[in-house]
Amino acid sequence: MANFSTNEFKAGLKIMLDGEPCSILENEYVKPGKGQAFNRVRIRKLISGKVLEKTFRSGESFEGADVMDTDLAYLYSDGEFWHFMNNETFEQIAADQKAVGDNAKWLVENDVCTLTLWNGSPIVVTPPNFVELEITETDPGLKGDTAGTGGKPATLTTGAVVRVPLFVQTGEVVKVDTRSGEYVSRAQK
Amino acid sequence: MDNWQPTATIERLRQRAAILQQVRDFFLQRNVLEVETPALSQGTVSDVHLDALTSDHILPGQPQPTRLYLQTSPEYAMKRLLADGYPDIYQICKCFREDEIGRLHNPEFTMLEWYRRDFSMHQLIDEVGALLVSVLGVNNITQSTYQSLFLRFLDVDPLSSDLALLVKRCSENGLQEYAQQLTQLYDSGTNALVEPLKDALLQVLFNQCIEPYIGQDVPMCVSHFPASQAALACLANDGKTALRFEFYYKGLELANGFEELTDAKAQLARFESDNLIREHLNKPSRPIDLRFLKALESGLPPCAGVALGIDRLIMLALNCEHINEVISFDITRA
Repeated sequence: MANFSTNEFKAGLKIMLDGEPCSILENEYVKPGKGQAFNRVRIRKLISGKVLEKTFRSGESFEGADVMDTDLAYLYSDGEFWHFMNNETFEQIAADQKAVGDNAKWLVENDVCTLTLWNGSPIVVTPPNFVELEITETDPGLKGDTAGTGGKPATLTTGAVVRVPLFVQTGEVVKVDTRSGEYVSRAQK
Repeated sequence: MDNWQPTATIERLRQRAAILQQVRDFFLQRNVLEVETPALSQGTVSDVHLDALTSDHILPGQPQPTRLYLQTSPEYAMKRLLADGYPDIYQICKCFREDEIGRLHNPEFTMLEWYRRDFSMHQLIDEVGALLVSVLGVNNITQSTYQSLFLRFLDVDPLSSDLALLVKRCSENGLQEYAQQLTQLYDSGTNALVEPLKDALLQVLFNQCIEPYIGQDVPMCVSHFPASQAALACLANDGKTALRFEFYYKGLELANGFEELTDAKAQLARFESDNLIREHLNKPSRPIDLRFLKALESGLPPCAGVALGIDRLIMLALNCEHINEVISFDITRA
């Protein structure tokens, strides 16, 4: 993998830092008039998802990280791995618990997810921004409530729990924003 | 070709022109003469962290091209004028610094530099303050010393601290990798680079742990830098600090000034020391500007001088975030 100097840093560039692939979010060049130049860099560690602020000497080089995003359809979970398939080549890839993490609850069969691969292995699984899931359990709501005041908890087929308006019932399919975990609407029939 | 249009709006450039006029009026009223000196020179600065752009040109009677340097500031040429008997002088000119590109940097930028004969550092600080009050509409300026700021914000005496304590302060403030990288860079197996390494750590600590908290309401002047960061300033009587000052306002380093070193021998020693550090850091050493030294030998009158970044002054006056908002074409569109 090529090396990248701080002069080449820009948002989206992937580099290795402390043995972990990282994505550069922001890069600012700082140079005191008479002093040594440095770069203030905001970085996301791709495996842990942590965002860090780092200061590097200007001109310092870092190994590039072999990281790529690929869109794959979710197939099924065997309990240990979550299996995904490339819809064009039918090639399959399995992601482990570490890569899937809390997003397991947003995985819907045949939905196309973004898998971040590092040296060919999945390190992050990002579900679509919106998914549609059926409610398996929620308290019966009161008649006449339309907008809902505080709503009520509802358990979805994947085990995810979201707050839904009182009028939404067990068996209905709802649209959820996976980034915030919030109910959006009833699914279009 | 894309991006043929300017990065600044016509309104901004109108405001820029008005500020430049205001600056010229300020010096006219004070009877300071506007001068122009060459942007392209056979001599250049030895500063370890300033790199000049170059151009090779055949001079009359020379078989080979001569290496010429674009000025990083007009300092040497203006001091040659002073040594020749010129009165108080100022200049608004383009300066060039290699590899300096960012939100606050364009490799080609506009500098205001002026020299006042028989001024002390404090008199010149007052005059910079008056200019800022007039252009930025601030009520006043505040002042502090480099040492008192370090004691207040970092509990470190920058004039006597050892290297280990500075490295520790860096680690405590999320700068451990940077301190490591610098230590590797400056560690030549000799002690020659301990002071430059300490200065580099002081600079990053100042920038990260002090600068964001000073000069937010009104500009702050910071004076009495450590003698090791004297640049072209003369030393104070204590021998530990330099009569050098900088202005900071809203996170921008705006101006750098000196009560000027007039001793040619001391100046030569600083050039040679800079070149030694450059060699240790694998940077090309710089030819010593002999015409400048000759001028010092013939006698530079006592004076104080300051360089102020005009583009940054305009950014502050117009509340701009990026230097390309106040210049017609930044380097990517030049």
